[in-house]
Amino acid sequence: MKKAVETVLPFTSKSSHAIERIRADFPILKREVNGKPLVYLDNAATTQKPLIVIETLRNYYLEDNSNIHRGVHYLSQKATEGYEKGRKKIASFIGAAEPEEIIFVRGTTEGINLVAHSLVKEMIKPGEEILITGMEHHSNIVPWQIVCEQTGAKLSVVPINDKGEIIFEEYEKMLTSNVKFVSIVHISNSLGTVNPIHTMIEMANDKGIPVLIDGAQTVSHMKIDVKDLDCDFFVFSGHKMFGPTGIGVLYGKRKYLEMMTPYQGGGDMIKSVTFEKTIYNDIPYKFEAGTPNIAGVTALGSAVDYINGVGLDRIYQHEQELLQYATESLLNIDGLRIIGTAENKSAVISFMLEGIHPHDIGTIIDHEGVAIRTGHHCTQPVMQRFGIPATARASFAVYNTKEEVDVLIRGLDKVKKVFQ
Amino acid sequence: MSELKTLYQDLILDHNKNPRNFKKLTNANRHAEGYNPLCGDQYTIYVQVENDIIHEVGFEGSGCAISKASASVMSSLLKRKTIAEAEELITLFQKLVTGAADPMEEIDRVGKLAAFAGVSEFPARVKCASLAWHTLRAALKDKEQVVSTEV
Repeated sequence: MKKAVETVLPFTSKSSHAIERIRADFPILKREVNGKPLVYLDNAATTQKPLIVIETLRNYYLEDNSNIHRGVHYLSQKATEGYEKGRKKIASFIGAAEPEEIIFVRGTTEGINLVAHSLVKEMIKPGEEILITGMEHHSNIVPWQIVCEQTGAKLSVVPINDKGEIIFEEYEKMLTSNVKFVSIVHISNSLGTVNPIHTMIEMANDKGIPVLIDGAQTVSHMKIDVKDLDCDFFVFSGHKMFGPTGIGVLYGKRKYLEMMTPYQGGGDMIKSVTFEKTIYNDIPYKFEAGTPNIAGVTALGSAVDYINGVGLDRIYQHEQELLQYATESLLNIDGLRIIGTAENKSAVISFMLEGIHPHDIGTIIDHEGVAIRTGHHCTQPVMQRFGIPATARASFAVYNTKEEVDVLIRGLDKVKKVFQ
Repeated sequence: MSELKTLYQDLILDHNKNPRNFKKLTNANRHAEGYNPLCGDQYTIYVQVENDIIHEVGFEGSGCAISKASASVMSSLLKRKTIAEAEELITLFQKLVTGAADPMEEIDRVGKLAAFAGVSEFPARVKCASLAWHTLRAALKDKEQVVSTEV
C-alpha cells in the first residue's frame, strides 16, 4: 500500500515540484473533462481522494471485511481494529482528550442534528434562545429551527457586515443569559470567512453556554485543537478532508456526551436489553447504533495519515498563496465582483460577473474542464443578505496550482465572449 | 466552443439580453410562480385568458440565460393561441429539451423553439429551460400554488 507523502519541500511558487508530487497522489486529477485536463475547484463541496484512501477502502473489502465489536473470529477483530484505530487517529488529529469523545456519524449535518435532538431539545425551555450567525450553512440552521418549533425556543442570528464578517459587537450584545446554546460555523462555505471562534467560544464559556463549531470547511485546510479552542462540540465531514463520503465526526466533551440521551436506538449502543429495561452502552458506542460505516472510518484514518504526512501548516500556507493569487487575478476581470471580502479568509472565492448568471458561467467553464460550484451553496440567507440569487464559487485544496487559476481566468474570458 | 454554441444560440443570447414581455401583466387573470430551489431561479408567469384564448403573456423574475430566454420565447409564441394549443407547445418543448423529439422532423411545429434543442446535450440545464413552461402549465390550470422543479 502506498505510504503517506513524506515530502519536505516547502510549497512556494518556486517549488512546484512538491505540488506535482501531491497531485500524483490523486489519480482523478489526471483525467480529462470535455477533452480538457480537469481543473477541480469545487473543494468546498467535496475534495478528491488520494490513492492511500482509495486503497484502504479497497483493501478493507478485499481483505478485512467483517462486522465489528461482536465476533470472536479473526476478521471481526481485524475490522474492529481498523475502526477503532480510525477513532484514535481522529482524536489525536483534532486534539481530543480521549478517543471516546469521537462519535462517528454520516457527516456534519448528522452531527449537528444529533446534538440538536439529544442535548438542546432536551434542555431548552420556551422563550430561551439558540444563537447562530448569518453565514451558516442550511445544516446549521434547519436543525435548530426544528428544535425551536418543538420546544418554543427562539433562534437568534448574529448579523454579518458587507465584507461577510460577523459583527462582533452584535455577538457580544446578543450573548445574553437567555442564550442556552451557541452554534457557529468556523469557515463559511460560501464567503470563505474565517470566524474568530477562539474568542467567541471564550465569551460563551464565560457565561457557561455550550458551543458547537461547524468545522466542515476547516479540517483539511487549518490545524484544529479542540482542547485549545475549548469548544464543547466540533463537527466535520470525512469527504471534505480527502476521505470517503458517508462518514463524519462529532467531537463532544465527555461531560456532555455522558448526560445526553442516545439519538438512535439499536444494536451496539446497549449494554443489556430486556423488554422491561435497556441499559445504554458507554460513550462513544451509545451514539453509534447499528453497524457503522466501518470501511469509511478505516479509510478516514488513512485520510488523516495523508494530511499529517503533508502537514497542515504547509497546506495552509500554499492555499493562502493560491487565495491571494486567485483574488488578484479575478479582480483584474472587468465587471467581476467578489462576494466575501473578510480580512481573514480561507481559499474560497464567491464571485459574480456583471450581467451573467452564475449558472451560465459554470456551464461554459465546464467546457474548459474547470469544475466550480454555482448556486446558493446551501446558504440562502447569505444570498439574501447580499441581495443576490446565486454566486459562482471557486474553492481550493492543497493540490491546486496557480496554473489552474490561470485556466479559470481564461475560462471566464470565454464566458464574457459568449455574452458580449 | 462549438458544442457550447449548440446551447448558447444567438436567439437564446438575444432573448436573454432583451427579454420580450418581461413585465407584470396588470390585467392578467391567471398567474403562477415557478422556483428552482437548487439554483434559486424564480419566475412569475402572468397570462390573460378569455374564452380559452391567450391574449397576453408576461413574466418577471430572475435566473440564468437559458431560463430567461426560454420564458421570453415562450411568452412571444403564446399570443392568440388556444389553451389546448399552448398545452401542445408545452409538451413539444419538453420533448425537445429532453431529446425526445427531433427538431428536424417537426420543423413546422418547432419554429423558434429549435434553438432550445441543444439543451438536451446539457442534462444539468434541462430544468433551467423547462421552468417557465412548467409554471405556464400551472397558470393555465389556474393553480395558485408555487411550482418547483424539485417535486
